[in-house]
Amino acid sequence: MLSFLFRRLLQTIPTVLAVVLLVFVLFSVVPGSIASSMSDDADPQVELRMKKQLGLDDPVYVRFGVYIAKLASGDFGTSFRTHEPVTSMIAKRAWPTLQLIFTAMAFAVVIGVPLGFIAALQPGGIVDTLAMVVAVSGLSIAKFWLGLVLMYLFALKLGWLPSFGYGDGGLKYLLLPAVTLGVSPMALFARTTRAAVLEIMTADFVRTARSKGMSETRVVKWHVMRNALVIILTTVGLQFGGLMGQAVVVEKLFSWPGIGSLLVDSVLQRDIPAVQGSILVVVLAFLAINLLIDVLYGVIDPRIRYA
Amino acid sequence: MMFRMIAIVAGLGLALAGSAEAQTPRKGGTIRMTAPYGSSFTSLDIHTTQRAQDEIYAKALHRSLYVWNSAEGKPVLELAKEDAVSGGGLVHTFKLRDDAYFHNGRKMTADDVIWSYTRIMDGTKAFPGARFVRVIEGAAAVEKGQAKEISGLKKIDDFTLEMKLTEKVDPGFYFFTALTSIYPADEGAKESFIQKPIGLGPFKFVEHVPGSRIVLERWDRFYKPGKPYADKIVVSVMGEAAARDVAFRNKEIDTSVLGPAQYVAYQSDAALKGTIVEVAEVFTRYMGMNPSFKPFADKRVRQAINYAIDTDLIITKLVKGKAYRATSWLPLTAPAYDKAMKPYPYDPAKAKQLLAEAGYPNGFEFEWTTSQNESWGLPIVSAVIPMLDKVGIKAKVKQVETAVLAEVVRSGDYQAFIYSQASGPDPQAALKCFHSSTPQPACNYTTFKNADFDKIVDEAGQADDPAKRIQLLQKANALLYEEAPVWFFNYNKAVMAVQPWLKGVQLNATELTHQNVEDLWVDETSPAK
Repeated sequence: MLSFLFRRLLQTIPTVLAVVLLVFVLFSVVPGSIASSMSDDADPQVELRMKKQLGLDDPVYVRFGVYIAKLASGDFGTSFRTHEPVTSMIAKRAWPTLQLIFTAMAFAVVIGVPLGFIAALQPGGIVDTLAMVVAVSGLSIAKFWLGLVLMYLFALKLGWLPSFGYGDGGLKYLLLPAVTLGVSPMALFARTTRAAVLEIMTADFVRTARSKGMSETRVVKWHVMRNALVIILTTVGLQFGGLMGQAVVVEKLFSWPGIGSLLVDSVLQRDIPAVQGSILVVVLAFLAINLLIDVLYGVIDPRIRYA
Repeated sequence: MMFRMIAIVAGLGLALAGSAEAQTPRKGGTIRMTAPYGSSFTSLDIHTTQRAQDEIYAKALHRSLYVWNSAEGKPVLELAKEDAVSGGGLVHTFKLRDDAYFHNGRKMTADDVIWSYTRIMDGTKAFPGARFVRVIEGAAAVEKGQAKEISGLKKIDDFTLEMKLTEKVDPGFYFFTALTSIYPADEGAKESFIQKPIGLGPFKFVEHVPGSRIVLERWDRFYKPGKPYADKIVVSVMGEAAARDVAFRNKEIDTSVLGPAQYVAYQSDAALKGTIVEVAEVFTRYMGMNPSFKPFADKRVRQAINYAIDTDLIITKLVKGKAYRATSWLPLTAPAYDKAMKPYPYDPAKAKQLLAEAGYPNGFEFEWTTSQNESWGLPIVSAVIPMLDKVGIKAKVKQVETAVLAEVVRSGDYQAFIYSQASGPDPQAALKCFHSSTPQPACNYTTFKNADFDKIVDEAGQADDPAKRIQLLQKANALLYEEAPVWFFNYNKAVMAVQPWLKGVQLNATELTHQNVEDLWVDETSPAK
């Protein structure tokens, strides 16, 4: 297990380096600079001096080398725009994003997985039909539109929740953005769970268990659920990455102070250190979650071995 | 004159402002404003950002030498009590306020003004306010790294400052925005300042939740007696118009900028119609034509473009009436706006005739660079293309993001572009953008060159008599219209919904969301505590 973890951690290094390099190259070729984003009439000489001071006149490979050396010591650099350490900027935004993503994921799992299970246990029934209508709708609805509908319903019409903002970070501010973000994965989990359960129900080992006289409850609990969970877990892991990408729409809509909006704003303002830092954190989080999922496989199904 | 002009365009807004004057302002409460322009606040260092978004909070936190007076439609002294002019109109001696305290309790002095302006001219930082401070003698030398101090700034004593300008201009137009805010010299240099800014404004910093809100509370030692009225201001970042709409209807925010679709919706809703305030802002939307691209070098072609586009139709149908038809460069609220000017009529036959005279009887093709902007970007371009096609001109769209478009227009890397540019409040500065001595990256984006125009603008700059200056600027504006370096599209009509309990909203033609917040107050019906 330990050697597995060590190998996986080593494997993340080239992935991270590749992402950092890609971002570097992209920002070397896209038009626009920090000086031009700051001032409409920046003197060309000022722009040159600014670039020199920020080290932007060095070749890409030199800048990349400097950045990697800094990263190795845990320094994400300093924002061109705010002159704040990027780590501190990200730290301020990380918690709201984590709150949003984990609440959305909890909503998606708690609603989606049981819905898929119930649907699969009575295929073709009314619950199955309803569940699949919910699933298809959930996958099709645009987040922006859904967010507005939820705002309209729960804030304006019912008056139960605030329509926007972070407030004190409490649940009442979190609910609407989290549900908006969580509906799509919820629908996906429902569909995946249903498909997985239906497939497992017809597997040989399930048939064997039934023929040996095992009760249906025990069949579902010991065979179906455990095997389905491995598939569901894989989907959950992949969805975490997707949620990080989609969070930006929800953050913007609800004025939620997360990393997604930091990333978009930094791109628009050509604040390269902040862009690099934000992307790096998102990638690291994605890799960490996938590693965690891999570890959980073994917990759920001890037959899985980390060779 | 200015007030009358604003009154004409302000309509309902004026009625709202008028009713505010009749009541006694209430002390206390919370004002909940919105920052509606897309992204988060760029920085808490207002010297570093020229975005309208950032100045919304900065107007509460900071103060500049002058402030914009919306009722009079001009800048007025703010941090100085008196400005004595000498030296042929070039030397201004300011008697500074001796009762202006920074939020750390220290009194502002002339040193702070000098330090702030010198900081803005740091030639390694591209501070956007440099364009204004450059008008002080010796400021450009600091920017170029040839001097450490601005020679045109002299401290006479703690509360007397001498400023020598390079041009005979009204310094009010140069030193009223938050880009030239006065910082405390001792604190401004510290790194902590960016996290917790200290200003001279009516409200002091409490909290910034990046991407979400800024919270400010009343500064009790503000120099205007009895002001500010409110205890607290919360400015929420709300870039999505539809989300703002829900929040406004839900009474969670006190102000909301309206786009064209909402403008129509609010006008047709009896409950919301009374919340609308509107003003002609000093921005001109236009299509710039590059004279280096052969057809556009000919005045007749440029005029043909103006004749070929049914501008009124676009403003009515597409912009939903949320704009005023442009009749040259200077906007309605400019002191030199000439009401007698008439826009180019929609006349495709005349356009064809001009094209034929210019040697393009079959038209030509050009590339049109645009952003996605709903009011002056791709939707407008898409509506114009078939109109141009009717007279034989084919336009190919090149879409870029707004930040890239800004670079494109400054570098001249275009055949044509569509843009929104400040065309005020100073009419002289606005027209100087078309002076041949103004470099393209500064604001002469269409590299306009016309000796007659230069002469008139120069004469206006030297005129001591304000009436004569206005007359000359009107002449220059008319000449520009005739030369048509651009398709004159529209002047922005800024529209904001304001909750009935928020009083004292000013019809600021420079930017409606920029309010002198010490004059705002909320009555007891406000749901905010």
